[in-house]
Amino acid sequence: MKVDLQQVEEAAKELYIRALKLLPPDVKQGFDALAQRETDAGAKRMLGTMIRNIAVAEDSDNLLCQDTGIPVYNVWIGRGVEMDGVSGVALKEAIRRGCARSTREYSFRSSIVHPTTRVNEQNSTGRGIPVINIDFAEEETLVIEMIPKGSGSENNSWLRMAIPAEGVDAIKTFVVDCVLEAGGKTCPPTIVGVGVGGTADLCMHLAKVAATRPLGSRCEDAEGAKLERELSEAVNLLGVGPQGLGGDSTCFAVHVETAATHITMNPVAVNMQCHSARRARATFRPTGVEYGY
Amino acid sequence: MAHYDLACPIDETQVRQLRVNDSVSLSGTLFGIRDATQIHMFDRGRKTRFDLSGQAVIHTAPNVKKVEKTPEHPAGYAPVCIGTTTSDRMERFTRPLMQQHGVRLIIGKGGLREDSLKSFQDLGGAYLAIIGGTAALETTWIEAIEDVDLDDLNPESLWRFRVRAFGPLLVAMDSHGQSLYSRVQTNARSRRAEVLRKLGVR
Ligand code: SF4
Repeated sequence: MKVDLQQVEEAAKELYIRALKLLPPDVKQGFDALAQRETDAGAKRMLGTMIRNIAVAEDSDNLLCQDTGIPVYNVWIGRGVEMDGVSGVALKEAIRRGCARSTREYSFRSSIVHPTTRVNEQNSTGRGIPVINIDFAEEETLVIEMIPKGSGSENNSWLRMAIPAEGVDAIKTFVVDCVLEAGGKTCPPTIVGVGVGGTADLCMHLAKVAATRPLGSRCEDAEGAKLERELSEAVNLLGVGPQGLGGDSTCFAVHVETAATHITMNPVAVNMQCHSARRARATFRPTGVEYGY
Repeated sequence: MAHYDLACPIDETQVRQLRVNDSVSLSGTLFGIRDATQIHMFDRGRKTRFDLSGQAVIHTAPNVKKVEKTPEHPAGYAPVCIGTTTSDRMERFTRPLMQQHGVRLIIGKGGLREDSLKSFQDLGGAYLAIIGGTAALETTWIEAIEDVDLDDLNPESLWRFRVRAFGPLLVAMDSHGQSLYSRVQTNARSRRAEVLRKLGVR
C-alpha cells in the first residue's frame, strides 16, 4: 500500500480538530455508567453538566474543552506500507506540519511554549512537540491516533521506584495515594493510567498508554487485568468525586499496563486522563482513509 | 443553600453573605487571568489599566479568533472556546490579587489552598467552582470580549469579558473559613486505610 505524505499531513491536521470536538463513544458510555451508579446528588448533577457539555460541543461545532493539550500522535506502520521512497523522518515532518496547520487554520489555542523562555510559537509545535510515537503492526494499514493531552491531568503524573521487598502492596498504595493527591485538579472522573515494571521511562510511558486507551479495553497481561479490576473498585470508594467535590465517581476506570522489569526493581507510575478523554484515529487502507476513535 | 444573581463590582457585605454550597450566577463584567498574567503582574511589576476592585476573575486562557473591531467584538477578538483551568497553580496570587487590586471573587476549578482560604477570611472573598472541562457550555455564557490588556502574553492576556447568567457556580470556599475541598479531602483520607485493607495491602 502506497501512502502519500500529503495525505498524512491532512490526516494529522483533521485528527487534531476532530479529537478536540468529538468525544469517543466509549467515554460517553463511561459517563452514562457513572451517572447511573452515582449516589451523591451534587455529583450526579455535575456529571449531568459534563454530559450536556458533550452535546453542546457537538451541536455548536465547538471544542469540548478550552485546553487544546499537548499534541500526541501514535503511529502504527503495518505490513507493506510504502511511502514512495521517503524516510520516516519525512513522515514525522508531515505530522508536524499537519499539527501546526490545524492550529492556524481552525484557529484554536496553541498551548505549547519553550520550557524556559515560555515563548509560544502559536502553532502547537515546538522542540520535540508534537510527541510522535512510532510502532509497527501486522495488518496492511497505517494507523495514526491523535491525543490532545490536557495539562490538568498531565500535571498530576508520578513515578515511584519501589523496591522488590515492597511487593504489589507498594503499587496499590501508590495508586490510591496519587488519586488522593490529585483530588479535583485532574478534572475527575478520570481514567487512572498505571504503568508497572520496565525502566523508569518505559514505566511512565506505560502509564500514558494505559490512561489513553479506550474504556472497556483490558490489560493483555492477566496480572495487570486483575490489578485493574481491584483498583477500579477501590478508587471509587475514596469519595473524591467529580471535580474533587465529593461523590462516588472519582474514576471511569483504572487501566494498567505492565512490562517485565529488573530483579532489583519494582517501578510504578501514574498518569491520568481527565473526563475530556479525547482521542481520534485515522486508518489508511488500500481502499482509502477512514476516521474513527 | 441559597442562590445569588450577582453583577460585579460587589462589596464586602455581599461577598460575606456567600456560604459554601450556595450557588451564584454572574452577569456583567468578568476578568480572565492565568499563570503568566499573574507572574507578570506580581513578579515582574507589570501594571494593568483595568480597575479590578470588587470584581470577579476567572482562571482561564481562552481560544479566541482575531477579527475586525466592531461593536460586537470591541477588542478585535471573537470568543471561540472559553473554559477554566486548574486554580491550584495560582495559589500564591490570591492574596495580592485581593490586597493590591481588591478582587472579591475567584472562579476556577479544583480549588485553592490554605492561604487563599485565609485571604478570603481576612479580606472578604470567595472561590466559586465551575465544572472544569465543560468549556463548550461555558462559552455560551460569554456575550463578548470587551477589552484586553497585557496582550503580549496571549493567550494568557488579561481579558475583560461581558457575561450573562454565567453559572450556576458553586461557592466552594467562603469568607468564613469553610472549604468544600478540605472537607472532601479529609473525608477521602479517612477512608484510605479501609480502601487499602480491601485491596489486601498489609
Ligand atoms: S484537565 Fe482535561 S477537562 Fe480539565 S481543563 Fe484540562 S483538558 Fe479540560
